[in-house]
Amino acid sequence: MSENRLHIDWTACDGRGLCAELLPEILVEDDWGYPLARSGEVRPVVPAALRKNAERAVDQCPALALRLVGEILNR
Amino acid sequence: MTDALWYFGRGTGLVSLVLLSIVVALGIGARSGRTAFGLPRFAVSLLHRNAGLLAVVFLLGHVVALYFDPYAQLRAFDLVLPFFAEYRPFWIGLGTVGFDLVLALILTSLLRHRLGARAWRAVHWLAYLCWPVAVLHGLQTGTDGGSWWLRTVTALCAALVLAAVVWRFTPSFPRHPDRVPRRRPRALQEVR
Amino acid sequence: MTTVDAPPGAGRRLLAGSTDGRLDPHLARYARAPRLTGAQLVALLRDAGLTGRGGAGFPAWRKVDAVLGANGVPVVVGNGSEGEPASGKDRALLAYQPHLVLDGLQVVAQALGARQAHLYVSTAAAADVRRALDARRDAGLDAVPVTVTIAPDRFVAGEESALVNAVSGKPAVPSDKRLRVTEAGVNGSPTLVQNVETLGHIALLARFGPQWFREAGTSDEPGTFLATVSGAVQAPGVVEAAYGVRLSDLVDAAGGPATRLQALLLGGYHGGWVPALPDLPFSRAGLAPFGATPGAGVVVALAADGCGLMETARIAGYLAGEVAGQCGPCINGLPRLAATLGDLARRRVRPGLTAEVERLSALVSGRGACRHPDGTVRMVRSAMRVFEADVAAHLAGWCVAPSLSEPASAPALSSPGPASFWRGRGEGER
Repeated sequence: MSENRLHIDWTACDGRGLCAELLPEILVEDDWGYPLARSGEVRPVVPAALRKNAERAVDQCPALALRLVGEILNR
Repeated sequence: MTDALWYFGRGTGLVSLVLLSIVVALGIGARSGRTAFGLPRFAVSLLHRNAGLLAVVFLLGHVVALYFDPYAQLRAFDLVLPFFAEYRPFWIGLGTVGFDLVLALILTSLLRHRLGARAWRAVHWLAYLCWPVAVLHGLQTGTDGGSWWLRTVTALCAALVLAAVVWRFTPSFPRHPDRVPRRRPRALQEVR
Repeated sequence: MTTVDAPPGAGRRLLAGSTDGRLDPHLARYARAPRLTGAQLVALLRDAGLTGRGGAGFPAWRKVDAVLGANGVPVVVGNGSEGEPASGKDRALLAYQPHLVLDGLQVVAQALGARQAHLYVSTAAAADVRRALDARRDAGLDAVPVTVTIAPDRFVAGEESALVNAVSGKPAVPSDKRLRVTEAGVNGSPTLVQNVETLGHIALLARFGPQWFREAGTSDEPGTFLATVSGAVQAPGVVEAAYGVRLSDLVDAAGGPATRLQALLLGGYHGGWVPALPDLPFSRAGLAPFGATPGAGVVVALAADGCGLMETARIAGYLAGEVAGQCGPCINGLPRLAATLGDLARRRVRPGLTAEVERLSALVSGRGACRHPDGTVRMVRSAMRVFEADVAAHLAGWCVAPSLSEPASAPALSSPGPASFWRGRGEGER
């Protein structure tokens, strides 16, 4: 299963803003600094070209709130 | 040769203290979610991480050099087990405590994706214990404790960390001061 | 073999027979619940087309099938927490017919090979449930032991992952969906969560079969459901009806409209507003054009002299106060959305007010561990559509609700009979 979607655990996300810096093509910050998918998707697709940056974002998230997941997750 | 070990041990110890102070200040500052020195947040975070790793390298140099230094007369278990050294056991012991804490901080940080955020964060709070322990160890153990340059460097380190702590508690610290803070699950049961 | 009474008819099923909650009349009417295998249960639910009655309307057989296919000994939980303020049907069912629910719980638990069954209920329903369980213990009815867990009186406490946390002894708040509850739920075991009304239907279905079940309702939404009808109706309460029932018939079952109606909130506080169209079928297909669903069977009638925007702002404010507070966008966004709606309702107009409602709605959608923000937005967006004329009026500084605006626009409320309390229906029609 190719894990090409970015999942945000909102119960962990502290809105520190690192992910939006590392993935500006995918994420912006909302009014309160929490990551917001440009596409409006709940789990935005990560194109192959941005895969490395997405992995860095997952690795660097101070709250460990990011995960790369496959197409199908609960709901 | 022996003199070289002695100088190397003292030098690396001081450098690791300076690096640790920078790491602590960056760690505190990063919690604000602000950019710093024109660096993006993720770069600040990387700086925090890499400076921490570098501090460990110097700390290892410090420990290894003084272990082989005939003057310091450390035994292998003194490196990890505090307060049993022949010379100034308490102040050397603080260094051992600091070393152990740094190892714990680094190991848990390297494994934090496995440990989970909660366990990692719990251990990371020990940084606030580790840093003063390192400062006291530096001032009281070494032959340089009374020298003006060691005192000056230590004072600068302390000023840096204190400034970060004071900033941490000012209302304008977070970049979104108007943000409603999230609640922890435990607290929710008591809301009603 | 005990003879079973004739099956309840198409109208009243769950609420048929004696409704005092005692075991003897229940056993006299229905006898003991049959035992089914897992495969039999899945086939039965699929043939019957039973959907979950907790609000989401998910096909019941899919969840059962998923739990059957998962590794580990399953746990079954009946969800009667009913944190929804406009709903009282679970509470009513547990008071009137607890043994149907408990039969259903046993049928499912036995079919899945569960060793543990749980009932997750509000404080108000706990005593009824415990009394029923005691009676069944004395009669030796329950092969799978049932534990009662009290749900905190909070809106999100009934969400599936919050329920799983509560039953596992943790705080009753939703968690991030890493695995499906059907794979890893209560204490990590595969878990089947069904609304208590769904379990009640399963109890009847196991006895009377899918053909009987399909005699009521529509072909793609068979069966009856419990509705909680409140607001501007003569006799607010819980009624049973078949899916596809006309909106006016549903309201008539609750004594009929108390006054001329303007709109109805359907499904629940996470549901959708629809205009007061008497012939609108209460079914998934019938309500889809309005972005509403039958949900948990909630019907709140809004009188013509009430302000839909004021009511929407009030509900949004309530929902904003019910956030669990774990998720940043929700705890920040819902209060802001509610406050913005409050400004619109109170005609504190500023440029871009309605655009801001939509911007905030989009901003919170899909950005939480549970669907609380999404449900709130569904309700708000439906209000902005259904009360479109009123939105324009508010922006212009007045209100279409006669009691809240210039008296000149108020129609006479006294003369016409109940039939004309609905929109678009003249005298003598029907």
